[in-house]
Amino acid sequence: MKAANRAIEGPIRAAAGTPMNGIRSKRALLRTIMNVVLRLANAAGLLLLVLIFALPFVWMLSTSLKTLPETMIFPPEWIPRNPVWKNYVDAWNTGPFLHYMTNSVIIAVSILLLQMLTIIPASYAFARYKFAGSGFLFSIVMVTLMIPSQLIFLPVYLELSAFKLLNTHLGLILPFASSAFGIFLLRQAFRQISDELIEAARLDQAAEWKIIVRIMVPMVKPVLVTFALFSFIAHWNDYFWPLVMTTNETARTLPIGIAKIREVEGVGTWNILMAGNLILVAPILVVFFLSQRQIIKAFVYNGVK
Amino acid sequence: MTVWHKLRPYGMVAPAIIIFSLFFIYPIFYMIYLSFYDWNFISPTKTFVGIQNFVDLLSEPEFMQVLSNTTVYTVLTVTLTTALSLLLALWLNRGNFFYGIVQGAIFSPHIISLVSISLLWSWLMDPEYGLLNWVIGLFGFGKLQWLSHPSTSLVSLVIVAVWKGIGYNTLVFIAGLQSIPADIYEAASLDRSRPWTTFTKLILPMLSPTIFFLVIINMIGSFQVFETIAIMTQGGPVNSTNTLVYYIYEYGFRFFKIGYASAAGVILLVIVGILTIIYFKLLSNRVHYR
Repeated sequence: MKAANRAIEGPIRAAAGTPMNGIRSKRALLRTIMNVVLRLANAAGLLLLVLIFALPFVWMLSTSLKTLPETMIFPPEWIPRNPVWKNYVDAWNTGPFLHYMTNSVIIAVSILLLQMLTIIPASYAFARYKFAGSGFLFSIVMVTLMIPSQLIFLPVYLELSAFKLLNTHLGLILPFASSAFGIFLLRQAFRQISDELIEAARLDQAAEWKIIVRIMVPMVKPVLVTFALFSFIAHWNDYFWPLVMTTNETARTLPIGIAKIREVEGVGTWNILMAGNLILVAPILVVFFLSQRQIIKAFVYNGVK
Repeated sequence: MTVWHKLRPYGMVAPAIIIFSLFFIYPIFYMIYLSFYDWNFISPTKTFVGIQNFVDLLSEPEFMQVLSNTTVYTVLTVTLTTALSLLLALWLNRGNFFYGIVQGAIFSPHIISLVSISLLWSWLMDPEYGLLNWVIGLFGFGKLQWLSHPSTSLVSLVIVAVWKGIGYNTLVFIAGLQSIPADIYEAASLDRSRPWTTFTKLILPMLSPTIFFLVIINMIGSFQVFETIAIMTQGGPVNSTNTLVYYIYEYGFRFFKIGYASAAGVILLVIVGILTIIYFKLLSNRVHYR
């Protein structure tokens, strides 16, 4: 009631104010000026915000194209006069980078493919079938979802060492061959598909696996893409697991190689270090600019659902 | 119903369940088991020592400092990240193109490898030639030692964590703000309620599930901080940035005190476990009232 009263009051007041036109226009002018100032301040704030997050990356690029003495000049030169592209070659040559890169791709892609193969049937079964013990089995998924891998690396290391899987690609892939988070997301998606659709297909005598592959999976495609982005980025970036589970170069990935540049080149060679760093960052940033909306959704979805 | 039909669901969940059991469930029990033994990884025999590892840990001043470092780091990171990102969310919660760019920019560090972030910030925080010292120099401040001095090292790591995490948190807050029904805002603006009142009486309560979610997620993440420490400080100087996961890593892989490291792991497990239980309690509450 109160709200409704006020809503009516508004126009009445405006009408009552008409005789005092002079004061009105002065006020209006003041308000316009205030508005412009506020807008400018807002724009400046936004610009500052973007700078805080973008400048470090620009600085990384800038440093990577400088000679070592140039990195120590202040005030800094943001655009080096003679860009030193050789830094990238030097960074690349500090270790077997082609090998690291190949490992990174093999491991991240294998993890993703295996996850797809294991989470699709599992989440479908959890979402669509009633079977004895499903509650217990799903609680295993939930417990896994709660355990960060950073917490149990020591026993997993001992386990992999017992299986003779240290320093192998398989050792870095197998622990992540399925994803509790993926099952959690996908089960929700499968649950939301209407029963009529499946019943219709069943009446057509379609085989169950055909229903899953031809009808159900295409329906949850957005969630699958979301999960795929999430998984690929997480494992492409991963430093902890490959660091802990390898003792030689056989299965080491790009992040380990980048972190090792400092040991090879010595402390203070920031230009070469930043060149190597850019090799690691560039693909992800490019993908991010191309599919920003999708990626943000992939990560925020994780938080909201 | 044929036998095949009955067995099918088990066959479908089996691969995932086997992976989880082998690499997540079993290791927990194995770690708890190991925490009661003295073992150096190479020797064929493990000696049962009861709770000695825990007694040693809790009477070790270094471990106490590690616990306190981890707690200080977590409290600072979580408080700053949550508060700042809530402010940013209120500010940036607009659909237009420019706000989209700003949102993308503040989010970008979230998808960058922690290795890159750590190396980049080591360079920015370089005491001699770092950009950060030059920038604060423009405002008339003297050079800071950042990571190289025990009094500033932990806070420097907090700054990096906040910089990395704030964009993600902001976007989750924005998603939360957008899930508040528009008519509630309209009612408030018709009521001419002051912005501050709208914020404390309306937005904050409606947002509380999101706030709790982010606080818990950030706490669980911060308690396990490792990468930035391994790359930027190696726990130093003088142990000022040594935290739990790094401590476990060092005792396990450098000193080969497996039982001792496992005991520290069990303590971390308990801390993270409590936080997780709180989180899932809240999550299930939220699902109920929706």
